[in-house]
Amino acid sequence: MPNVKLLTPLIAGIVTAATMATAQDLRLGMSSEATSLDPYFHNLGPNNAIARNIFDNLVLQNEVQSLTPGLAVSWAPINETTWEFKLREGVTFQDGSAFNADDVVCSFKRAPDVPNSPSSFGTYLKGKTVTKVDDFTVHFTTEGPYPTMVNDISTIAIVSNESGCDATTKDYNHGDAAIGTGPYSLVEYVPGDRIVMKRNDNYWGPKPRWETVTYKPIKSGPARVAALLAGDVDIISGVPTVDIAHLRENETITLSQGSSNRVIYLHLDQFREKSPFVKGNDGGEIKNPLIDQRVRLAISKMINREAIVERVMEGVATQAGQLLPEGFFGVSSKLEVMAYDPDGAKALLAEAGYPDGFKLTIHGPNDRYINDAKIAEVIAQMLSANGITTAVDTMPRSVYFKRASAGSPEGLPEFSLVLVGWGAGSGEASSPLKSLIRTYDKDRGFGASNRGRYSNPEVDALIDKALVTNDDAAREALLAKATEVAIGDVAIIPLHYQVNTWAARKGLKYIARSDEYTLADGVVPE
Amino acid sequence: MKTVSPKEETPFGRFVSDFFANKVATFGFLLLILIIVLAVLAPWITPQNPYDLKQVTVMDSSMPPGSEALAGYTMLIGSDGVGRDLFSGILYGLRISLTVGIMSGVIAMILGISVGLTAAYVGGRTDSLIMRLVDLQLSFPSALIALMLIAILGKGVDNIILALVIVQWAYYARTVRGTAIVERGKEYVEAAACLGLPHRRILFRHILPNCIAPIIVVGTVQTAHAIGLEATLSFLGIGLPQSEPSLGVLIANGSQYLLSGKYWISVFPGVALLLTVVSINLVGDQLRDVLNPRLQK
Amino acid sequence: MSVLVFFGLNIIGDPVYMLVSPDADQEDIDRVIRNLGLDRPILEQYVLFVKGALQGDLGNSFIFGESALGLISRHMGATLELAFTALFLAIAIGIPLGLYAGLYPNRMSSRVIMTSSILGFSLPTFWVGLMMILIFSVQLGWLPSTGRGDTATFLGITSSIFTLNGLSHLILPAANLALLKVSLVIRLTRAGTREGMQQDYIKFARAKGLSTTRVVGVHLLKNILIPIVTVLGLEFGSLIAFSVVTETIFAWPGMGRLLIESILQLDRPVVVAYLMIIVALFVVINLLVDVVYSILDPRVRLKEQGK
Repeated sequence: MPNVKLLTPLIAGIVTAATMATAQDLRLGMSSEATSLDPYFHNLGPNNAIARNIFDNLVLQNEVQSLTPGLAVSWAPINETTWEFKLREGVTFQDGSAFNADDVVCSFKRAPDVPNSPSSFGTYLKGKTVTKVDDFTVHFTTEGPYPTMVNDISTIAIVSNESGCDATTKDYNHGDAAIGTGPYSLVEYVPGDRIVMKRNDNYWGPKPRWETVTYKPIKSGPARVAALLAGDVDIISGVPTVDIAHLRENETITLSQGSSNRVIYLHLDQFREKSPFVKGNDGGEIKNPLIDQRVRLAISKMINREAIVERVMEGVATQAGQLLPEGFFGVSSKLEVMAYDPDGAKALLAEAGYPDGFKLTIHGPNDRYINDAKIAEVIAQMLSANGITTAVDTMPRSVYFKRASAGSPEGLPEFSLVLVGWGAGSGEASSPLKSLIRTYDKDRGFGASNRGRYSNPEVDALIDKALVTNDDAAREALLAKATEVAIGDVAIIPLHYQVNTWAARKGLKYIARSDEYTLADGVVPE
Repeated sequence: MKTVSPKEETPFGRFVSDFFANKVATFGFLLLILIIVLAVLAPWITPQNPYDLKQVTVMDSSMPPGSEALAGYTMLIGSDGVGRDLFSGILYGLRISLTVGIMSGVIAMILGISVGLTAAYVGGRTDSLIMRLVDLQLSFPSALIALMLIAILGKGVDNIILALVIVQWAYYARTVRGTAIVERGKEYVEAAACLGLPHRRILFRHILPNCIAPIIVVGTVQTAHAIGLEATLSFLGIGLPQSEPSLGVLIANGSQYLLSGKYWISVFPGVALLLTVVSINLVGDQLRDVLNPRLQK
Repeated sequence: MSVLVFFGLNIIGDPVYMLVSPDADQEDIDRVIRNLGLDRPILEQYVLFVKGALQGDLGNSFIFGESALGLISRHMGATLELAFTALFLAIAIGIPLGLYAGLYPNRMSSRVIMTSSILGFSLPTFWVGLMMILIFSVQLGWLPSTGRGDTATFLGITSSIFTLNGLSHLILPAANLALLKVSLVIRLTRAGTREGMQQDYIKFARAKGLSTTRVVGVHLLKNILIPIVTVLGLEFGSLIAFSVVTETIFAWPGMGRLLIESILQLDRPVVVAYLMIIVALFVVINLLVDVVYSILDPRVRLKEQGK
């Protein structure tokens, strides 16, 4: 049993110099693991991050998800339905073969169509046709105007026509097909243990920083921190919030933080007359009060976001008032964080006819977002303290998401109040608006994650118009307007934006990325 | 081979005096009684009901020992990450953990002993059938059983007890059967059989008492194991509900704080568990020595 | 039993909703469901599974897209290595200490051994594992905190036991996994020794003037090994099956960690395949236990024959 005396010196931090590798080798301790080296197999953060080291995309997203040239040097719409991409010349794959438009065409053909893929990139490629114009020009065409074309294109890695397009996922995992144009080339892949890469000396961009790079999955939070403190890795991702304060005081460790594109929020059941997890104070069934905007607003006012950020997230999060943090495309400059106002909340509840509140259950995952179970519990505390007696039920995500999306007997969302998060992969506001806010429409693929089934024709019209508006300024205004109306309706209750933290040994730091990827070349000298 | 003690005393009196002859065991026994009393009286002696979310506020979270809570009481050993008073939380957690550990242990023991004895005594096809079942059972990872039960029935104390019983009974069965087979081969059983004693009498009066030592060894290990397993399941995110934490959940949550400098969150629930399990084991150890007819001084 | 798991995992939930990218719409989700064959009725899925299983194909992992058997066998080496090392540690430490504590029950050192053995299984594995990392890696800096070290191949077996670096990575997780078993072996050995020393055959052996070494080493040990072998036989299987926690904490690339991740992600083919492998392993272990058992205790063998 350790006592205080034992714990204190280690927090002071002892890094053993003996185990530290040379400055040219980088070892990363990762909170999650890639499931495959096939860049198209599984559209998942860790997979995409690994792929970004080995492969390039036509268009790259920088650390704040702005679009920058990758294997394409320039792009522009040449008419309402066609985008033209000019490709980079003189680039070679890691096996020596040259890069040209054929690689692009076959990559986009393979990307949506990988056998057994649990989550394909087809989502981004629907309705797009790619054609080769000449060796270094390609056209992407769609049926109607498609302003977010470049964002979608930027999600797809480019594999080689010679070795990659006809290969199977197994070929990638065994290394034979994992050949890209990226800054690092694969050396060894041991699933569950490590991925080793070495510098691509022929890289077209700036010289890659590291001689060798080793990714190691260490999923347990304290173990990951310990590995860093012990000098077994140079940098770790996903630093647990509880450890941040102490690591900050530790002179041998450098922390790097950056706001992510992920908002943590609550969905409220707005489509059922009787909601399964809402009960009267006597335990009997009552009409669903969450349909009433005033009740939803009251709940939002009962939540002390500052307390969540300071006490649960240890200061490492930003209070949220809308769907994406400031600085992203399409956010509204008018919306502010809902102030904590318990008295106002009670008045609203009384006005809506619930002076004594009601009973509610909040559901949340316990292994998906930073401190998710704790957040659910603290929200239950806050609602309970203000008259809405709230129970908590958290569960593993494998059980949770199915139930939250389609768990009721009729295949509808099962819960009444759900804690979820949304990361805008495209880096702009149409992504959450389309999926969370727009009316559920199976045929058109809208509202797939609208677990409260919020529906407002005015918002729908704004979103639909934005999705076909090529003019950036006009589109941005439409997206912002849609967000304002939806937040005014309390379509969802935003809580906070996640802030991601990386910790590195002294002398290194990480250029924090809003897409949460950990890239080898993002690790730079301090 | 037992020698009768010179003094005249009842068997129970002898058992009691034998038991308390060992100071360490006496200490363990008193500690266990103290822990049980604290757990039972928890609602009356804790400053906070940690399961009533109206009484818990995140503004009290992660406070060091001795801090004053917003509600005015002193948090003797600090508070956890969501603002529960740790002292209150631990006592309430003890109630759940003890219930889970003891209930599941007793049920599993009864089940395991019955099955194990039957297998050993009847032998033949019944024996191999039962033992295959036991093998099958033991091949089932407890995490999987728990996850399946939680999915079908929902989290909760009943379900975790059920899961732990299903995980544990086979250990008892296997151990009892192993020992009983040896015992069955001994002369006294043959003698009893020759005397025409009924099977049930031979099983329970003759074979079972001689299997007591290993059962107690396994029993103490398993009770400790049950409490630890519950903590482990919680560590993996599939144990008891977060909002009504058992000792195991408190430790699992606390383990996240090991490196954070907030030592009290991880250390005190661990200490509570340690004391509980150690006291159970000390008592179990001594019981084994005292109850075993072959170890009589 | 495969039925139980197969249907059990089906009740829990649907992996698809967790696997698909959040950007996916209903059409994408439906396509993934079709791809993974989850749109068929569960009975039909089971029939397909059994058909495949009869031909040695237990299906492809939903997550990794590879054959479940192949996936597990690639992780098996690391786990077996860990389990064998832990078993070795348990025996090498547990039996001598248990014998000592049993032969000299009243010595102070025996009491210390017994008390420590209680501590050994009083704390949850994950807690102890974290403490070990804390003390031996972070604070003292003696051993690497996580991961498996370099491997080498010797006599056709590829293992990290054969390299210094590998061994240094192996020590902490193996000790963590062995801890509970060490305590168990100590207690079983001590209990057996104390009982055994009072038995007639030991007294006779002593009366015959045999040396203590011989009495303990041959007569006593042979008899107390019976329960130890039984229990360790069982425990070896559980070492493998329950290495889940140790592997999670020490980031050990074994099949225990693969299992818990597969369970958490509802990767049904992997879980089912894992269970079938473990069952097979158990049957083999139990057979071995029974064989060793009868070698150690001729009475069992004679009885069986006498029927």
